[in-house]
Amino acid sequence: MTITAPTFEWLQLSPVLVVLLAACVGILIEALVPRVWRFLAQVVLFELSILAAFMLLVLSWSQPRNSLGLMAMGAISLDGPSYLMWASLLVFGLLSLLVFAERDLGNGVTAFAASAASVPGSPAEAEATTARHEHTEVFPLALFSLAGMMVFVAANDLITAFIALEVMSLPLYLLSGMARRRRLLSQEAALKYFLLGALSSAFFLFGVALVYGFSGSFELGAINDAIANPVYGRGLLYTGMAFLAIGLLFKIGAVPFHNWVPDVYVGAPTPVTGFMAICTKLAAVGATVRVFYVALGAERWSWQPLLAVVAVLTMALGVVVALTQTDIKRLLAYSSISHAGFILVAVVGATAGAQGRVNSFGSIVFYLIAYGFATVAAFAIVTMVRDSTGEAHAISSWAGLGRKNPLLAGIFALLMLSFAGIPLTGGFIGKWAVFSAAWQGGYSWLVIAAVAASLVAAYVYLRVIVLMFFSEPVAGVAVGRASGLTWVPVALGAALSAYLGLFPGPLLDLVTSASTFLR
Amino acid sequence: MSPDNYLYLAAILFTIGTIGVMIRRNALVAFMSVELMLNAANLVMVAFALARGGLDGQVATFFVMVVAAAEVVVGLSIIITIYRTRRSTSVDAANLLKL
Repeated sequence: MTITAPTFEWLQLSPVLVVLLAACVGILIEALVPRVWRFLAQVVLFELSILAAFMLLVLSWSQPRNSLGLMAMGAISLDGPSYLMWASLLVFGLLSLLVFAERDLGNGVTAFAASAASVPGSPAEAEATTARHEHTEVFPLALFSLAGMMVFVAANDLITAFIALEVMSLPLYLLSGMARRRRLLSQEAALKYFLLGALSSAFFLFGVALVYGFSGSFELGAINDAIANPVYGRGLLYTGMAFLAIGLLFKIGAVPFHNWVPDVYVGAPTPVTGFMAICTKLAAVGATVRVFYVALGAERWSWQPLLAVVAVLTMALGVVVALTQTDIKRLLAYSSISHAGFILVAVVGATAGAQGRVNSFGSIVFYLIAYGFATVAAFAIVTMVRDSTGEAHAISSWAGLGRKNPLLAGIFALLMLSFAGIPLTGGFIGKWAVFSAAWQGGYSWLVIAAVAASLVAAYVYLRVIVLMFFSEPVAGVAVGRASGLTWVPVALGAALSAYLGLFPGPLLDLVTSASTFLR
Repeated sequence: MSPDNYLYLAAILFTIGTIGVMIRRNALVAFMSVELMLNAANLVMVAFALARGGLDGQVATFFVMVVAAAEVVVGLSIIITIYRTRRSTSVDAANLLKL
């Protein structure tokens, strides 16, 4: 008997491999490099590896042949959507990791605990703080998470998706518990995120098992075929589909599975919140769309109405609760929930798109990219506004920021306008694309609800702008002196939010041309 | 072989696990309930692998076991950190973030 060796497409899969390898090297750096050099080594490593991964991605995508197809024995589906998602994950991963490395704001140390294992307020913690220790493990952890996200969006079978989901989530649970200040909140956020996250992955796995039972295969394409010729009753499929949806919607942060979002976003260190807000959302949305379009596309008539209800609830709750928030991170958390709702509007539309018009997936990617640049910059700015105890999170303490630092307040105002979807910002084009995709899919009532929700949302963001520019400045709150590591994401995020609003054409063409799923 | 009875058993285990997470206040017990849910999914996969004569489902359970082990490492480290801070693993005591 001969055993054929599995084939593995090294070049095509190299972006993921480089990130994974860099994460492993990061662990070795922790073990072997002296403490004084670790920080520098980790920062250089993540910057170089993500840039290298991005170049390899461009190289493999621009190959005339073999750039698309099923890779790694059918475990990874490398199609236009995978490439788009990988490229955006790498860009946003790099930008948010730069904020991880900021030291100038915290008197020469990062925003992460000196020793996460020490009890808050104990002599051990004081000792580690005095010795100016830093957890540089955060960089390999984030890289592992990033690699998990990249596999998650491209997974062509449900078991690969489950493993990738865990590789993406486990480091995030740890990262959210490592804040230097307000450590009790941070630890509590980690516990909540972990318990609810583990619960949701159990739901996802049970869904995987039931769908496997129905179709006899984990592969997305084979599941789609099995729906046409079922062996068992449909009940198995519908139950499995519901469980899969619960697991995925939890990661997206959709109502009614959104409870963890505000708590974790507030408790986690702000750089980690920024990373989660954009990269986790990208990965979760990408995987959801792939599972629902490729594997369950034949059953779309049964999941579209349900997802439409979830989308309406998510938008409504996100914007209404955001109206009453007094904490800027909590406000951004509820804003991220409402954005999840707007994205779901396009997922429900599920339109292939007429020739030359944006289809559902293209509009979702555009929305995510526009939202991502605004989010990365917004959370970087949250790390810069500080009082004597650290970051100033109360919205009231942001009053009068426009007089203290007109540049930063102006940038934040621009980002808020992009979140609100005001014309001439990337957010507006994103919303327009998403709504038109749902409209083409025949969900006009959903679009009307979404427009109403975005009007209310505009009030939420305008309130912050008015507070920053037309209120008396609060004493004791100042904008910290940040290094380029924070300013690069802020400047790039703001510039691209404006650019995507003024010249959306090139990106719209790219996402439209590369949005066909491989089956 | 009909997988029906295995499916019923798995559904019962999964429900017990879900209820355990929802109502037990101890983080460790809640976490154990999650493991029970993962095992319910394993049972479904093994049962259908046998019913359909494929190996995929059986192989998948090994992946799930490894993932569950990794989850234990991360989960216990978080629960122990919380316990050392608060001298309690009750999820009700963790209420600083409630609005």
